[in-house]
Amino acid sequence: MSIVTTLELLPLLGALLLAVIPKQNALLAKRVALATSVVVLAVAGLMAYRFDNSNPAMQFVESRKWIASFGVNYAVGIDGIALVLILMSAFLVPVVILAGWHESENGKWSAKTFYILILTLETMMIGVFAATDVFLFYVIFEAMLIPVYFLIGGYGRGERAAAAMKFLLYSLFGGLLMLAAIIGIYVIAGNQIGHTFDIAQLSTLHIDSWTQDFLFLGFFIAFAIKAPLWPFHTWLPTAAKSATPGTSILLLGVLDKVGTYGMIRFCLTLFPQASKTFTPIIIVLALISILYGAFLAIGQREINGLIAFTSISHFGFITLGIFAMTSQGLSGATLYMVNHGFSTGALFLAAGWMVSRRGSSKIEDFGGLQRVTPILAWTFFLAGMSALALPGLSSFVSEFLVLVGTFTRYPVAAIIGTTGIVLAALYVLIVVQKSLHGPTTEGNESLKDLNLREKIAVAPVIAILVIFGFFPKPLLDAINPASQQVMSHAGVTDPAPKAGK
Amino acid sequence: MLTAPVLNYSLLAPILVVLGGALLGVLVEAFLNKAIRPTAQLAIALGTLVLSFAQIIRVRDLTSLTAAVNSVTIDGAGVFIQGTILVLAFMAVLLIADQDNFAAQASAVPGSEEERSAIATGKIQTEIFPLTLFAVAGMMLFPLASDLITLFVALEVLSLPLYLMAGLSRRRRLLSQEAALKYFLLGAYSSAFFLFGAAFLYGFSGSLSLNGIAAAITGGQGNDVFLLIGVAFLSVGLLFKVGAVPFHSWTPDVYQGAPTPITAFMAACTKVAAFGATLRIFYVGLSAAQWEWKPIITAVAILTMAVGAIAAIAQRDVKRALAFSSIAHAGFLLTGVLALNKSGLSASLFYLVAYGFTTIGAFGIVTLVRDSAGEVTDLNRWVGLGKKSPFIAGMFVLFLLSFAGIPLTSGFIGKFSLFNAAYETGNITVVVVGVLASAVAAFFYLRIVVMLFFTEPTNDSVTVVIPSIMTRFAITFCALVTIVLGVYPSLLLNTTQTFASFLK
Repeated sequence: MSIVTTLELLPLLGALLLAVIPKQNALLAKRVALATSVVVLAVAGLMAYRFDNSNPAMQFVESRKWIASFGVNYAVGIDGIALVLILMSAFLVPVVILAGWHESENGKWSAKTFYILILTLETMMIGVFAATDVFLFYVIFEAMLIPVYFLIGGYGRGERAAAAMKFLLYSLFGGLLMLAAIIGIYVIAGNQIGHTFDIAQLSTLHIDSWTQDFLFLGFFIAFAIKAPLWPFHTWLPTAAKSATPGTSILLLGVLDKVGTYGMIRFCLTLFPQASKTFTPIIIVLALISILYGAFLAIGQREINGLIAFTSISHFGFITLGIFAMTSQGLSGATLYMVNHGFSTGALFLAAGWMVSRRGSSKIEDFGGLQRVTPILAWTFFLAGMSALALPGLSSFVSEFLVLVGTFTRYPVAAIIGTTGIVLAALYVLIVVQKSLHGPTTEGNESLKDLNLREKIAVAPVIAILVIFGFFPKPLLDAINPASQQVMSHAGVTDPAPKAGK
Repeated sequence: MLTAPVLNYSLLAPILVVLGGALLGVLVEAFLNKAIRPTAQLAIALGTLVLSFAQIIRVRDLTSLTAAVNSVTIDGAGVFIQGTILVLAFMAVLLIADQDNFAAQASAVPGSEEERSAIATGKIQTEIFPLTLFAVAGMMLFPLASDLITLFVALEVLSLPLYLMAGLSRRRRLLSQEAALKYFLLGAYSSAFFLFGAAFLYGFSGSLSLNGIAAAITGGQGNDVFLLIGVAFLSVGLLFKVGAVPFHSWTPDVYQGAPTPITAFMAACTKVAAFGATLRIFYVGLSAAQWEWKPIITAVAILTMAVGAIAAIAQRDVKRALAFSSIAHAGFLLTGVLALNKSGLSASLFYLVAYGFTTIGAFGIVTLVRDSAGEVTDLNRWVGLGKKSPFIAGMFVLFLLSFAGIPLTSGFIGKFSLFNAAYETGNITVVVVGVLASAVAAFFYLRIVVMLFFTEPTNDSVTVVIPSIMTRFAITFCALVTIVLGVYPSLLLNTTQTFASFLK
């Protein structure tokens, strides 16, 4: 059994264990969940340690027959891109559990159910990044909607049922389009090389360009909804406003990455020709997302809505990096996915604590937090600086790489994208100024600062933002061979640097 | 000179056993003491189904064109469908055994003194069991029949008991009787259409057997106008039975009016039998004329998927809603008929099993949700059921997710294999409409999930009754099948692929 499978099974075991403990004992449920997620993180660390950076092929592969008559295998394996995303997921889950210790208490159901859902989701998050069989990927891609649906609808705030429904319908719709495309490529494979869902084998097919365009769109729209890219983004702000901070972190930090990850793993690998055909349109959509997300973030009065719109802007950057079709761009985009997970995670954590202390999520209700709750304010400040990609914090490296990678091929797009950085400074600094500085708003005088548990939860995230800001090499060493592999498979070579005067 | 027809009793045994059981049931009605009748009838019905299934196991690898003078074909697909009908009927009988759902005395006028006294003295209409067995016998013959007369006879044998059973509801009896009458009248019309089509096909080919018709089509000697009229009218009769648009209008009314266990029986078993026969007629008899009927059936399939999915959204009654969902599923199944290849047949067989179990499970749960006046089918009163009884509501959600085709349920594998078969034949339009209809249908299923779990319960008297041991077994078994076939479908897929062949 591959270590990847072990990693997938561990959270599921934890969930089973939770299922048998009594409902009333919420504390025990929390401890079991936390312990499970820490063990998962440790095993993920071990996997990263054993991962061989110099080998661009899939590692820790395992393949077992699942549905023999369709040629479906339980096939997993990871390359550098999948590795860093799995690590990020495994890292965020214990943070979410520890930081949102009381999140599960105001839900419709017991705390136990909350953590069963979280751990089931963790299994699927690992599985979705590790799957090398399209059918397996699709099954997990769709099935993971269900726990999120119940997490938003059962434990969220406000119009949570409607938000959960909107999220699920958008995702299902995209998923069904992808299903049609998967069936299409499966039938083509059946005619050419025999029935299979193996990505590596499917990528050797010869598909005529017309068919390829349609199949590409089936996959791409599903991923664009998931990521989300303008104009498929409208479900995200509603979901982010209604979900608990922990759910939001997993939703924006990990689940949405499945969309951008899918673009790399499926769109670029399976349909290189169609990817090139659609690149201009996708780059335009990415740029619109960058600017649109930023402008709407500036106009937001609601702190969770603000984070959601900044994310739409960031997903624009990621998509830009992927479809720039350069290996720097792709490496940058992958690194961006990881960094965005941490910086958005930190933002949602800080915002969640602010909202739960103040009992309001309106930005105007905060003010002068710097004096009342200095540690919370600093956390929010650092997370915000990471969101605007301040040099020295990890997001800077990835944003820089994306823009450099884009510039070598599409200079105009890179220049327009750069204005997104300016806008980012605007939306972050406005909210920082309004909520952290100035006179303390009435009703905020007695807010409590972070307690020990909260500090322990957020400290590693902040540490990662700083460490990878100065020293991104370990991540890039893992990512670079994989992204070169993807690019060479897609038949693209990096443009030669133009000689300067 | 007349020669006595030769019947291969051994191969016909599955059907004969069911007919025998039904006759035994009639005798029990006539001669046995009232007090022990319910138990005896139930035992006979279940025993017959088990015995018949044992016969199916025995004949599973045999094939024959001449089991009953060329009018019944025993082959893989036919035997598989027979087995499916038997298992589904077994589940349905377990639901039916909960006698609380049926009129105490069917002949009493609703609301009359006679009815009240019948209820007070605890009368029970145990005839329901032999009627069920008769219907099952017809259903088992229908997909095997390979000439038009036998098809028609089987169609009537399966339909007539159903017309009666639809009118036997204990509560809201007028609605139930109206449903029965409607079903009967429309069913009679559709039978007439079927017969009319059969006559034209005979006029076209000079033969009643499907193989004879196929030979005439290939030979190209007959009058094509007769063929077209024949196919059109025959299709109307079949499409009526499977509940395809535009011949679906009886479905919601009958599903709503009939006693819920009967609805479950009809929705699952009738659909399996009718699709079994439809598949045989189109695959064996009419496949050579596919260019003539394919465009029309494609249009019907698309309409059926779309109308079923969209109309379901507007429903306020759970039984009507499930009826429209069954219409949408008929549309999906028609794509299997259109595929006309082995993978289409295999996919259809799988889908029928998956759909059948999910349907019986879902209706089984409907029988449990009640207030003091009986079953509550108004969806607005199902609000917050997840809080009152999370387990039952959770099972219902499982069935809905399977209907919606979410991965890890049997419904997903069924949909995947059907669409795959359709795509293989290049019928991409149907696939695209199918996935879009699935998306629309998903909205409707999720709306129910929201009602069950995310809406606060109103202060209402609706409760979930503790199910009897038999109902509990049926629902649990259906839920297990739904999950197991979703997670490890190879168990059944290998079987359907082995059995997916028609003997021509």
